[in-house]
Amino acid sequence: MAENGKLKPAERMKIQRQAMPARDAGVRSRCFEEVNLGLPEQIAMEEAKRCLECKDRKCVTGCPVQIDIPAFVTRVAAGDFAGAAEVLLNDNALPGISGRVCPQEKQCEVLCIRAKKGEPVAIGYLERFVADWASEHRNGHVATLASPTGFKVAIVGSGPAGLTAAGELAKKGHEVTVFEAFHKPGGVLVYGIPEFRLPKEIVRKEVESLKAIGVKIECNVVIGRTYTIDDLMKEEGFQAVFIANGAGLPVFMGIPGENLKGVYSANEYLTRVNLMKAYEANSDTPVLRAKKAVVIGGGNTAMDGVRTARRLGADPATLVYRRSRAEMPARIEEVHHAEEEGVVFQMLTLPIEILGDEKGWVRGLKCQKMQLGEPDKSGRARPVPIPGSEFEIPCDVVVEAIGTRANPLLTQTTPDLKVNEKGYLVVDADNMTSKAGVFAGGDIVRGAATVILAMGDGKRTAATMDRYLKEKAQRHEGGSGKTGGAGIPSVGRQ
Amino acid sequence: MSHRVIESEWLAPEVRRLVVEAPHVVRHCGPGQFVIARATSEGERIPLTIAHADRQARTITLIIQAVGCSTRQLCALEKGSEISDIVGPLGKTTDIEHVGHAVIVGGGVGTAVIYPQATALKAKGNRVSAIIGGRSRPYVILEKELGVICDAVYPCTDDGSHGFKGFVTERLKQLIEQAEQKVEMVLCAGPVPMMRAVAELTRPMGIHTVASLNPIMVDGTGMCGGCRVQVGGQMLFACVDGPEFDAHKVDFRELADRLTTYRDQERVAKGNHPCRSGAAAEVR
Ligand SMILES: Cc1cc2nc3c(=O)[nH]c(=O)nc-3n(C[C@H](O)[C@H](O)[C@H](O)COP(=O)(O)OP(=O)(O)OC[C@H]3O[C@@H](n4cnc5c(N)ncnc54)[C@H](O)[C@@H]3O)c2cc1C
Ligand code: SF4
Ligand code: FES
Repeated sequence: MAENGKLKPAERMKIQRQAMPARDAGVRSRCFEEVNLGLPEQIAMEEAKRCLECKDRKCVTGCPVQIDIPAFVTRVAAGDFAGAAEVLLNDNALPGISGRVCPQEKQCEVLCIRAKKGEPVAIGYLERFVADWASEHRNGHVATLASPTGFKVAIVGSGPAGLTAAGELAKKGHEVTVFEAFHKPGGVLVYGIPEFRLPKEIVRKEVESLKAIGVKIECNVVIGRTYTIDDLMKEEGFQAVFIANGAGLPVFMGIPGENLKGVYSANEYLTRVNLMKAYEANSDTPVLRAKKAVVIGGGNTAMDGVRTARRLGADPATLVYRRSRAEMPARIEEVHHAEEEGVVFQMLTLPIEILGDEKGWVRGLKCQKMQLGEPDKSGRARPVPIPGSEFEIPCDVVVEAIGTRANPLLTQTTPDLKVNEKGYLVVDADNMTSKAGVFAGGDIVRGAATVILAMGDGKRTAATMDRYLKEKAQRHEGGSGKTGGAGIPSVGRQ
Repeated sequence: MSHRVIESEWLAPEVRRLVVEAPHVVRHCGPGQFVIARATSEGERIPLTIAHADRQARTITLIIQAVGCSTRQLCALEKGSEISDIVGPLGKTTDIEHVGHAVIVGGGVGTAVIYPQATALKAKGNRVSAIIGGRSRPYVILEKELGVICDAVYPCTDDGSHGFKGFVTERLKQLIEQAEQKVEMVLCAGPVPMMRAVAELTRPMGIHTVASLNPIMVDGTGMCGGCRVQVGGQMLFACVDGPEFDAHKVDFRELADRLTTYRDQERVAKGNHPCRSGAAAEVR
C-alpha cells in the first residue's frame, strides 16, 4: 500500500511516461476494432507512480468535473484498484467513456506539473485503466438508491448528458424515463464516435446498469413530434424534464456540387457506419465505399470520418482543413493515430467546389490553398486564400465535417422555451430553462462541446432538479417536505 | 415497445398493406406525415407514409412496395408478427385549407400518401377528385376506399386494362380543361418522373401544386442531411421541412438522381443473397 509513499519525488521524476499499447497501424486501418488496448496492471502502476501528489493539484482544476485525480492515481500506484475505482466513480459515472474520448491534453494533463519539464502523468490512460478494471471486477456492484420519492422525471436524449442525469436522478429515488429519437440509446457515443475509438459494448453496459437501477429507456420517441414537452408535463405526469438532445443539425459548406452522389454530412456517414453497422458485410444499411475519399474539417468528427473512410478501403483518405495542423481542434492522440494509419493531411486548404461526372457522381474536390494571416476573434490565425492556387483532389466520396447546430425540431413545438440567436437553449445558473421545471444541458446549451462537459451538466443538473422537486413538494405540502414513497406527490401542474 | 402486425394483405403485386400497433404514433399524426420503420433489430431504417391512423385501435396503416431488400423484409411480415422499430410521426402535416376544387394525383404506392389527404381535404369542404395510376389493373390501389371519400375517382392504367388508358398527367390535363369547377390545387405523390410531369403540366396554368417527396432518409429528424432536396434554389431537409413542397420549385432531376445512389447495391441484393448483400456499395 505504502509503496508509492516510499518513492521519493526524485525517483518518481525518473520514471518515463508509459506508452499505450495499440493495435498495429497496418492492421487497424483495415478493421473497426479498438485501437488502444489499455494499460496492463504493472504498467498502470508504474505510470501512476509518476504522480507527485502535488498540494495545489493543478490537474484537478483542469478537469471539467473536478475528478480527484491524485486520489485515484495514488491508489493505482499502490495497486489498490478497487479503492481507485471507488474514488473515480464517485466523481464521474462514466469514466470508461471519458477516459477514452476526453481531450486530456487540453484539460488535466496540460496542467499537470510534470508537463512543465517533460511529459504529464497519463491521466487519461489511468482513468481508462481504472474504469475497465471496475467494469470487469465490480460486476454486480449495485449503487445505493434513495427511497422512492414518487417524482417522475423525463429526460430527452440519451447522449452523455442524458445518461448521466438519468443515473444521478434514479439514485436520488426519482422515477426516470429517457426518451430517445433513435432506436438505440447513447447519442453521439453510438452514432458518431466510431467503434475503433469507443467500443459500443461499453455504452451498452452503461445503459444496462442504468436499467438495473430502474431507469426506463424509451427509444423511437421524438420529443416535439411523438410527444411535446407539454404532453410530458400535463398529460404524462412528469414533474420535471431534462432536455439533452444535443446539437445534431449538420452544417453544409454551401459550395457547388454538394448534392452530387457521394457527398455526405459526417453525421450521415458516421451514422450509417456506426449506428447502422454498414461496415459489416451483412448489414442491411448501405454506405458508399470510396476508392478515394476526402473529409473536410479538423475536429474529432472529421478525424473519425477520415479514419472510417480509410477503414472502408479509401486510398488515399485525405483530410482537408483550411487552417494548419496546430489549429486542428481534434484530440491529439487521434491525429497521431490517423497519421499512423496513412491518412493524408491536406492542411491550409479550402474546398471551393465539389466536381461531378456526367452521371451525377463525385469525381473530385476543387480547392484553394490558404496561408495564415492575422488572428481572428477566436485568437487563431485567420486563413486567407492564395490567389491563383486552385487545384483538384480526385475523389469519389466527400464527407463534410465542418460542424453542427441546434436542431429546431423540439424548440419549435415548445414556443415558451427561450433560445439564443443560434437556437441553443437559454438556462439559468441551475440549468433551468425559461419554462418552469424544464432543465437543459449538454450540447443543446453549450453548442457542440465535449462528452465530459455534457456529463458534467448531467450530474450538476440532476442535483438542481432534485432540489427543485423537493422544494416544490415542500411548498405544496406546507413545509412537511418528505413525500414518502407512495404515489405521485401532490405537486400542482404547470 | 412492440409493434404487432394486426392485418397484412397484398394490395397489388409487390404491394403490401400492413395495419400495425403504434400507440405512440397515432397521438399527434396528421395527413402527409410518415414514420421510419425497421423490420428487424438489424434492419435498415425505411421511411413510410402513414396511410391511415386509427386513434381508437391505436394502429397505423402502412402501404409498402417491395423494391429493395429492406422493403421486401417488411412486405414479408404476416399477421401476428412484430416490427422491431417504428418512430414517428415525422415530417410536417399537409397544409389543408378550403380551396374549392382540389385534385389529388397518386401513382403506384403514392396513392397511399394522397389517401389521408383526401379525407382532410374533404373535411375542409373541398370538392376532391382523385386520379390514381398504375401499370395495369392490379397495380391501381385504394380505388374503392378513395371512392367513399372523394367526389370522383379516375383510375388510369398504362395498358388501358382499367379506366383511362394513359398517364395520370394526361387524365389530369383533361380534368383541368373540362372540370365544371375550376381546379385550384393539385396534390401529387408517386414516382419522381410522374411528379415532375404533373408539375410541368400545372406550372403554365398557374395551379398551386404540392408534391410529396420520397428522398433517401436515415434518421428522419434533421440530423443527417441525407434527405436534402433543392427547393427554389434552397437546400431543405425533406424529413423536417417537408416531405411536401411546392412542386413548381422542386429540383426533380436532382431528386431522381440522388435516389439512384445505392441502386447498384440493390441489384446485387436481388442477385444471389435475397436480402443481406455486402452492404457497403462500391462507388459506381
Ligand atoms: C463524430 C463525433 C466525435 C466526437 N468526438 C468527441 C471526443 O473525442 N471527445 C469529446 O469530448 N467530444 C467529442 N464529440 C462531441 C461530443 O460527442 C458531444 O459534445 C456530446 O456527445 C454531447 O452530448 P449530449 O448528451 O449533449 O448530446 P448527444 O450525444 O448529441 O445526444 C443527444 C441525443 O438526443 C437525441 N435526440 C435529439 N433530439 C431528440 C428529440 N427531439 N427527442 C428525443 N431524442 C432526441 C439524439 O438522437 C441523441 O441520441 C464528438 C462528436 C461527434 C459528432
Ligand atoms: S498535477 Fe500531475 S503530478 Fe500533480 S497531482 Fe495532478 S496528476 Fe499528479
Ligand atoms: S433523414 Fe436525416 S436529415 Fe432528414
